[in-house]
Amino acid sequence: MRQRGPAPAAAPTPADPARAASVRALAEQFTDLRGPLLPILHAVVAAHGHVHDDDIPVIADVLNLSRADVHGVVTFYHDFRRTPPVAHRVSLCRGEACQARGAQTSYTAATDRWSASDDVEVAEVFCLGLCAQGPSGQIDGTLHTALTPERIEALTTGWQA
Amino acid sequence: MSTAWVSCDSAAVAAGADAVAEAIAAAGITVRRHGSRGMLWLEPLVELETEGGRVGYGNITEAEVGPLLDGALDDTDRCIGAVDDHPWMARQHRVSCARVGVIEPTDLAAYREHGGLAGLLRAIELTPEAVVAEVTASGLRGRGGAGFPAGIKWETVRTASADVKFVCCNADEGDSGTFADRMLIEGDPFTLIEGMAIAALAVGATEGFVYLRSEYPLAITTLRRAIEICYAHGILGESVLGSGRRFDLDVRVGAGAYICGEETSMLESLEGKRGEVRAKPPIPALEGLFGRPTVVNNVLTLSAVPMVLADGGEAYAALGTGRSRGTQVFQLAGNVARGGIVEADFGITLDTLVNDFGGGTASGRPVKAVQVGGPLGAYLPPSQFALPMDYEAFAEAGAMVGHGGIVVWDDTLDAAAMARFAMEFCAKESCGKCTPCRVGSIRGVEVIDRVIAAPDDGVRRTQLTLLEDLCTTMTKGSLCAMGGLTPMPVRSAIEYFPQDFGIPDDTTQGARS
Ligand SMILES: Cc1cc2nc3c(=O)[nH]c(=O)nc-3n(C[C@H](O)[C@H](O)[C@H](O)COP(=O)(O)O)c2cc1C
Ligand code: SF4
Ligand code: FES
Repeated sequence: MRQRGPAPAAAPTPADPARAASVRALAEQFTDLRGPLLPILHAVVAAHGHVHDDDIPVIADVLNLSRADVHGVVTFYHDFRRTPPVAHRVSLCRGEACQARGAQTSYTAATDRWSASDDVEVAEVFCLGLCAQGPSGQIDGTLHTALTPERIEALTTGWQA
Repeated sequence: MSTAWVSCDSAAVAAGADAVAEAIAAAGITVRRHGSRGMLWLEPLVELETEGGRVGYGNITEAEVGPLLDGALDDTDRCIGAVDDHPWMARQHRVSCARVGVIEPTDLAAYREHGGLAGLLRAIELTPEAVVAEVTASGLRGRGGAGFPAGIKWETVRTASADVKFVCCNADEGDSGTFADRMLIEGDPFTLIEGMAIAALAVGATEGFVYLRSEYPLAITTLRRAIEICYAHGILGESVLGSGRRFDLDVRVGAGAYICGEETSMLESLEGKRGEVRAKPPIPALEGLFGRPTVVNNVLTLSAVPMVLADGGEAYAALGTGRSRGTQVFQLAGNVARGGIVEADFGITLDTLVNDFGGGTASGRPVKAVQVGGPLGAYLPPSQFALPMDYEAFAEAGAMVGHGGIVVWDDTLDAAAMARFAMEFCAKESCGKCTPCRVGSIRGVEVIDRVIAAPDDGVRRTQLTLLEDLCTTMTKGSLCAMGGLTPMPVRSAIEYFPQDFGIPDDTTQGARS
């Protein structure tokens, strides 16, 4: 609903004041660094799982940047996810070296397998530095080499379909 | 035997080295965790200390630890004998990686025993000008891909005047098929730190950053630990080894963007911005990080510097071929029987690397092609395998040495699919700043799709002409090598594997002229 009178000068109050306070505290830890924005965003993702829209004005305020500046950085990098993480994550390498060892088959199998699941996210990555032993990937954060559809199946048994 | 060595490198850990190390320790044997030797097809590789050296056992599983310790594997082919004497190791020339896989990564005493810090101590004795002169005399060229002479870059930064100067190490290593930066940092981080300190003294820099990709969590941990140790021992900080000169070093973690390996994009990212490429000039050596003179070098470039200073630039320049001096750490990856790192003098041929060291494909099928130098490098068929590893020789053949990564493919390779993938990768990872790359790569995917699906030769020819035009536009019109080099894998795929695009061999003449 439209309101009469002057627009509020301050940023709108974030939906979750506790989170806003935490993000502010995280951001303030890094203000002495040269170029603190990436370290701050990494810290927010580490602590809260993702960068929420409401975090952006808080960080902008601490660093004296515009919200557009912070938003622009958040959206440029793959690491700064903007939605809460789901229960499990399968990241599979689709770099050339892994493709030369059959990565495409595992990738297709995994995306098909989990396409209907809200609890499992299948993501592509381009090179984990394990290129001589591919197909490589990370399953819930743990690195694996020689991933076949069968091995992925074995490593994800018990996950909610 | 009382001591066993098991690698703590990511490639070994991903293959199960931690469980093997724990099982050995549980049997009452001292376990030491070193970097990987780079014989990656043998990981987890266990080395048992004996009077005849460290004897290696390949592909050990947790369940095999018992038999291994009982000597049951001694007379099998799982035992490869003394690792140093193994032909695969003995035939290499390890300079930058001399300590990788030999010592524990953050054991400073072992680092010194194996020649560490000799280069930095000598650099402190010399004037900055003389340090740069040594690097120039060594002929050392940038290992990050472009091969620009390190000495010239350093001299530009040294003679620039500013309130503060920086040394930045590019450890973004986003190229598929490359992992030498990672292995060096995980296996021998002090060498990189020493190289950066020497660079700092040489150019008058007081602050340094290592821009390390987030995909390498173990490397981040190891490097941070090594930096802490260096501070504790006065190698970093207000007086580098008592020289009275300050150098502070910090690690900055990337955030999953391939383009941040491009040096100006990396600097933008370090400043906390979107990783968009800057137009050059100004060059980073004059206006780099926060507008100050900045040395930007690759991990392996900086890691070669301690040896250059310790043994002298002439000694380094004596290695290699043509204008490619010293050694390169080649990375054998993809469908290869014996993958890993092979450090050798420039001039070694692809044939030696792929067939002698690599042992051909892992699948046992014939080699169809190798892609050299990462996703922007050319696909080359075995008929080109006599090419010596040399920046100029490769450039002349329409290819590039790049970061020294070699991805092997067997005869199931579909070169058209990979040409399409090259365009797709460019579209995904483009920084978006210039049109030839941002839009051209998307058009590239579409045109290749039409080539592949062409109903007849006439349509195919028209689309191929369009593709060639597009490649020329991208090559000539892109601001950086992301858009400028993506045509390289595409054109080489068409030139060498026209059948995969549905065209007879004789219609592609001049495809990349
Ligand atoms: C798209 C692109 C990606 C690059 N990626 C890397 C990289 O991952 N690591 C690297 O050292 N250099 C990379 N480079 C090269 C750098 O721009 C730069 O030339 C290099 O870091 C300079 O160091 P050097 O002279 O020691 O090679 C890349 C260049 C481009 C155009
Ligand atoms: S060529 Fe591509 S990556 Fe390079 S500046 Fe242009 S848009 Fe950015
Ligand atoms: S290409 Fe997959 S790990 Fe490097």
